[in-house]
Amino acid sequence: MSAESLDPLDVVDPAHEHHHLGEQVERRLRKSERRRGLLLALPAFAYMVLFFAVPLVIVLVYSFATRTSSGSVALSGWNLDSYRKLGEPIVRNVVFRSAWLAAITTVACLVIGYPFAYFTATRRPLVRNLLLVSVMIPFWTNFLVRNYAWRLLLSTGGPISSATEAIGLGETDLLFTRTAVVLGLTYSFLPFMILPLYASIERIDWRLVEASRDLYSNGWKSFTKIVFPLSLPGVIAGSILVFVPSLGAYVTPEILGGGRETMLGSYIVTQFLTARNWPVGASVSFVLMAVMLSATIVYFRSGGKNL
Amino acid sequence: MVPAVSMRALTKRFDDVVAVDAIDLDIADGEFFALLGPSGCGKTTTLRMIAGLEIPSAGSLKIYGDEVGTLPPNKRPVNTVFQNYALFPHMSIADNVAFGLKMQKTPKADITRRVGEAIELVRLSGMEHRRPNQLSGGQQQRVALARALVNRPKVLLLDEPLAALDLKLRQGMQFELKQLQREVGITFVFVTHDQEEALSMADRIGVMGDGELLQVGSPEEIYDQPVNRFVADFIGRSNFLPGTVEDAATVCLTNGTRVAVQHAGATGEAIALSLRPERVQIADRDATPDGHAHLDGTVSMVTFLGSGVVYQVALDWMTIEVRAENRPSVPRRDVGDAVSLWWRDDAVAVVPA
Repeated sequence: MSAESLDPLDVVDPAHEHHHLGEQVERRLRKSERRRGLLLALPAFAYMVLFFAVPLVIVLVYSFATRTSSGSVALSGWNLDSYRKLGEPIVRNVVFRSAWLAAITTVACLVIGYPFAYFTATRRPLVRNLLLVSVMIPFWTNFLVRNYAWRLLLSTGGPISSATEAIGLGETDLLFTRTAVVLGLTYSFLPFMILPLYASIERIDWRLVEASRDLYSNGWKSFTKIVFPLSLPGVIAGSILVFVPSLGAYVTPEILGGGRETMLGSYIVTQFLTARNWPVGASVSFVLMAVMLSATIVYFRSGGKNL
Repeated sequence: MVPAVSMRALTKRFDDVVAVDAIDLDIADGEFFALLGPSGCGKTTTLRMIAGLEIPSAGSLKIYGDEVGTLPPNKRPVNTVFQNYALFPHMSIADNVAFGLKMQKTPKADITRRVGEAIELVRLSGMEHRRPNQLSGGQQQRVALARALVNRPKVLLLDEPLAALDLKLRQGMQFELKQLQREVGITFVFVTHDQEEALSMADRIGVMGDGELLQVGSPEEIYDQPVNRFVADFIGRSNFLPGTVEDAATVCLTNGTRVAVQHAGATGEAIALSLRPERVQIADRDATPDGHAHLDGTVSMVTFLGSGVVYQVALDWMTIEVRAENRPSVPRRDVGDAVSLWWRDDAVAVVPA
């Protein structure tokens, strides 16, 4: 359809019934609106298809392939062997450990992030913005550099160890432990918890809190009965944003866990690079993604129903 | 009888702004009291101080004889119906209404019974399990009422509870609220900027302006004997005829006309006569009854309102608004008609100039 024919003036004909005419013009306008939207989305869409969807399909295809004895992948003899391998105790342990550490990280981020988000959301605009910027500043430094900084902090004879020794608690040897991994992950993903929490707390109508105080609730009850339930969308979004990347984290467990505590991310990398078992790496990646996706959907569904 | 609410020199300052300026006021037990004033006059702040949502800067505030100035809201025997209802969006209607009772740790059986009664009182039976956003504005407003009344507060505070409703619904709710207040017998303190609402519902009205309480009285007193121009102007419409006091019962208008009044004030004082448009009689030129002052003028504008007609009558020194009934026996005037205006002696109030 040419652009001219979209012009309402073009189709106005007094001889026709106005009712039909209006509908016709409306339909055309709607159509052109849709087309314009599609056009605007095209670059992003093309990019995602080319660099995300296509590789994903390749990964999916590889997960059904067979590893040859030389370590290359034979694109024939499709089977489910690599998926069966997920049931083996070694892989299961990695999965449980990763989920456990990701869960602890999520809870830690929530416990640390909620008071901060609450404090920030209840300040005046200037203070608010300063605090929010301070949350985002660490992002300006390279992720790897920050993880190595933690390595320095946690190392034997490092600042933390020296501090605990100085106050008589003895040396702490945190580096290359699960605690170190959780500390590092919490540090890395805390902003992903704080920002959605802040957004949902900031949106709360404080008159509701006043109403609850007027209805005989004390400050704590007002928080548990009104503020917290109303901030649940932020809690859910923040938890997903922390849990999902923690589950598949690679850099932090490698640097701070020293590879001793293998997590899913490391396991996948090992399968691809060291063990050269691409089908297994691909299947683990795929299952991980499927689990996260369904968890996200379930989470949002339940959250959406309550609010 | 101890007043339900008693304020002495009650003051609230926000930084340098004085929102409420040393108010003295007693609200009687069982009274329907309206705090009336334009936005920003301090009426809502006064209400919030009674509720405990603002802490007074100075002065005393007692509820049934107990000083409550600094008590938190949950320790006061009052409940509030908020302007936008402030219903909890994540709770059902029943849970909203039950909230206050739960917080007071009322036994479960009592809660169920009282919540049921309250919901019945506001005629929302059958809606218990809905969410607030599934109700209309009028229904939400009734939930807010039930949520407050279920706690049997000693004083119910209402912050412009009808402002968000459309005209028809508002008029219906005015009647319902008044009915409800008689039924439950609780002291109502009602904040509004709508003078008609205040006049039609309240037993007594307190008019506020600029943080000060200007006049307290029955709707009739406030309307018929306003203490100053602000009150006269805010409650209904009024003409203000400038003049000076000649003696205790006579006022001389600036055009020289002598007018008999009931309470003039101090001799020589500059005053204004407040003359309500509907109290002015409009007659043919020189056809006014004897024994009354009259003013001659020309009709300059006619506005038809349905139930009445408003005439602007131009005198040579000011314009006066006259409201006449739209009745077959009342002759209609047209622009340019030469007329005379007169009024009964008790139809005017003398206010400071």
